[in-house]
Amino acid sequence: MLNISGIQEGFVLDHIKAGMSLDIYHDLHLDKLDCTVAIIKNARSQKMGKKDIIKVECSVDALDLDILGFIDHNITVNVIKNDRIVEKKKLELPKTIRNVIRCTNPRCITSIEQELEQVFVLTNPAKEVYRCKYCETRYKGKKFN
Amino acid sequence: MRHLMSPLDLSVEELQDLLNLAQAIEKDPERYAHICAGKKLATLFYEPSTRTRLSFEAAMLNLGGNILGFSSADSSSAAKGESVSDTIRVISCYADICAIRHPKEGAAIVASQKARIPVINAGDGGHQHPTQTLTDLLTIYSLKGRLGHLKIGLCGDLKFGRTVHSLIHALIRYPGISFVMISPEELKIPSNLKEDVLNERAIPYLETDRLEEVMPDLDILYMTRVQKERFFNEEDYLRMKDFYILDKKKMELAREDMLVMHPLPRVNEISVELDDDPRAVYFQQAQYGVFVREALILTLLADAGKITLPEKGGASC
Repeated sequence: MLNISGIQEGFVLDHIKAGMSLDIYHDLHLDKLDCTVAIIKNARSQKMGKKDIIKVECSVDALDLDILGFIDHNITVNVIKNDRIVEKKKLELPKTIRNVIRCTNPRCITSIEQELEQVFVLTNPAKEVYRCKYCETRYKGKKFN
Repeated sequence: MRHLMSPLDLSVEELQDLLNLAQAIEKDPERYAHICAGKKLATLFYEPSTRTRLSFEAAMLNLGGNILGFSSADSSSAAKGESVSDTIRVISCYADICAIRHPKEGAAIVASQKARIPVINAGDGGHQHPTQTLTDLLTIYSLKGRLGHLKIGLCGDLKFGRTVHSLIHALIRYPGISFVMISPEELKIPSNLKEDVLNERAIPYLETDRLEEVMPDLDILYMTRVQKERFFNEEDYLRMKDFYILDKKKMELAREDMLVMHPLPRVNEISVELDDDPRAVYFQQAQYGVFVREALILTLLADAGKITLPEKGGASC
């Protein structure tokens, strides 16, 4: 059994679908944070068989976790303070997604305008529909779950 | 700063104010003839357009203002690779308001994000063309006296036709609206528009490919051109382009007070023999396009604090 020590303040992202932790690492821009990040791949799970886990030691205000709701709302987010779980966050669909997914419409202004943010807006929460802010093309890319 | 990106940017009440102002301009153009003296409209047209650009320019000139701009990307700094964001920052130093047409969808939104002047979307690719929709609404309101309780036939290219899509979005906000969608199978209205808009709001509609059968039921017949530029292959375009031709014989089936509308340019879909029929209002529609753009320019400039609108029914200022 592999042991990763606990964290004093930060997050434990549990029940990540096996193999997806590195994508989430990039989508949360964890590579840009100057803090300890542990990625556990293929951990044994009774519920899932195999799962990934990410532990991030950082201030609880340092991360915007809204995007996780879009990636996979089955991920468990444990908020840690003073070595204890103080909150289990319920994941909701973010109202906007910035610079995570890209518009694939070749006629969209995002295809030519320099340094324009990729922004998607939740237009139908019931059907989980996101549309490009600029051309309103529906995002049909692969979600993680 | 208020901009116009989509016809739905205006609430039903704001739209009514705009239509009332357009009608006031139509009735008494002299009252508004100098209201924009000293103000400049920039027309930033990255792709060719005749009616839209000229109607914006006519509108500003009718209001006593001035115009500047370019009519193709080749004659602008876009040819040198300048972004829309940079261009609009510069234009904000030169003009008081601008109308932008761009082949890329969402370009006007990008402009509005960086502009220090009101921006009007004058067409962004196949996405939005709000001033065409305002033109259509003013035409219907002026000639029918209402925007609700109408059965509207939409005929031709319902798949790629952005004017039709925008008109549907704008009209479903009024009570008693129903649609008859007349198109060949290949050019049917997109399923997401049916599911997310019409079905969602329980708007009655019928789909058919036979124009003759539905003509007697319609209050308005909105014809559209099959646009060559939307087809990838010439063969499909040639097969579709003359699918519907409205002529005298078909018009005999229509009501006495049915209106025939068309965003223009027309190609073959309406026979020229109908041009003198009082029900054919597509050239009047073009005139309403100038009045509604005048009203829009005034509304946005007043909102930006650059002009003061005359009091309703009061003296000219």
